[in-house]
Amino acid sequence: MSLLDNVWVVLALKLGIAVVVVFAVALVIMFAELKVSAHMQHRVGPYFAGGRWGWAQVFAEALKFLQKEDLTPRDADRPVFRLAPMVSLLATFAVIVIIPLSPKLVAVDLDLGIFYALAAGSVSTIAILMAGWSSGSKYSLIGGLRAGAQLIAYELPLVLAVVGVVIQAGTMSMVGITEAQAQPLFHLGSVGISLPYVLAGQIVGFVIFMIAVLAELVRIPFDMPIAEQELVMGYLTEYSGIRFTMFLLGEYAGMLAMSAIAAVLFLGGYHFWGLNADWFGPFVLLGKALLLVFVMIWFRWTWPRLREDQLQSLAWRWLVPLGLANIAVTAVLKVVL
Amino acid sequence: MSLGDWIGQSENLVFLAVGVVMLAAGFWVVTSRNLVHAVLMLVVALAGSAALFLLLGAEFVAWTVVLVYIGAVVVLFLFGLMITRAPLRRDPLPLDHRRRWPAALVAVAVFATLAYATTAFFGWEQGEAVERSLTGDLGELLFRRFVIPFEAVSFVLLAALIGGIVLARKDPRE
Repeated sequence: MSLLDNVWVVLALKLGIAVVVVFAVALVIMFAELKVSAHMQHRVGPYFAGGRWGWAQVFAEALKFLQKEDLTPRDADRPVFRLAPMVSLLATFAVIVIIPLSPKLVAVDLDLGIFYALAAGSVSTIAILMAGWSSGSKYSLIGGLRAGAQLIAYELPLVLAVVGVVIQAGTMSMVGITEAQAQPLFHLGSVGISLPYVLAGQIVGFVIFMIAVLAELVRIPFDMPIAEQELVMGYLTEYSGIRFTMFLLGEYAGMLAMSAIAAVLFLGGYHFWGLNADWFGPFVLLGKALLLVFVMIWFRWTWPRLREDQLQSLAWRWLVPLGLANIAVTAVLKVVL
Repeated sequence: MSLGDWIGQSENLVFLAVGVVMLAAGFWVVTSRNLVHAVLMLVVALAGSAALFLLLGAEFVAWTVVLVYIGAVVVLFLFGLMITRAPLRRDPLPLDHRRRWPAALVAVAVFATLAYATTAFFGWEQGEAVERSLTGDLGELLFRRFVIPFEAVSFVLLAALIGGIVLARKDPRE
């Protein structure tokens, strides 16, 4: 009878690991955003805090946010205003639960896996609408409206892109999908170039998924809801202090969560040539996820913001039909080959 | 089974807690004077129904409730509210209706019909406990045994969708 047989010990361990890893990686991503954006603009970026490379800058910023006064505007709807950041953070953390770091290191391997992740992630839309409405400011309201329209529009391509993977793998379990990619038969038919662990046939799905993820995270080029030139900060305008930090943390943890899910669905998860998945799995998965996070940051600093109607037509006229075609082709090839 | 035995089982306690929360949230939905608060309480009630499905071992149905009802239907409610009138604090217009008693009557009648139909079909005896249902089994059932009802329902939904578009769209010649 080892200690690991106790349900509560295991639960506490899983919770501890999840919280620590998520916070640590979120800080790393924040730092990467500061540094990468600086170098892309030919600046040095944070330089002095902590000595070398300004590594302590994120801690300084986090402490600064925590010290600030937690304001609630007079015209705000108090309970809803105060609850919204927590709902946002909750939705993000609920998604992280199912990401498999290695064949054994997974908080819960649900049979529904990815379906659960999509369902839990969809709750964050409510949080944004809550924040936009309850702030009692027209900038927030317009930002919330834009965010609502955007998140509804891009949820569809997101789900459609995932359906292709599920058809190909024949399961919705995250571990199952990863293992299916380890087998040579996963990529569409045995024809074509064999690409073990990488984009096994679902290149179209991968592109749709990443575009939809960028829109779901409300990042450039899809950041109309918080467009600072027109809407101050959109639904974040009235937030300050710890509640603003929660939204910020939610965004960076969301980047990590969605990148990790993309890595599991399309890039072979914890598998890599020549590395034992049991031991190196967590590092491989985090590495792949951080690579995708880097691509997201890269997009942010090299693309202009889309216009509202361009955003909607991209989703409904291009991504949704493309996603449907991808499903049809995948299903046909699955049966034929 | 006595009440003591019933309370003694942890699932029943969870069921009781979820039921109480759902009832309170539902009551709030119909009595709140603030439309947005009513919609947010509807989220709590729907989450409670998802929890009930989880208790029954129907994971797929539970997460579908979250994805479709909380993630899409309620978002559309909120969206519609904000685009038309976003009442902060008290709603200036009374949230009441002349025909509230007929509406209550219809609600009670629907509840009675559903409750009677369910109990008449399944009876009061304890059925055999179902383990967690797997999604694959659900798919087999839906697309083999119940494929005709499934297609019929999707046809009705499609008709409703087209009807909605026809109603909402103005004839360009007018």
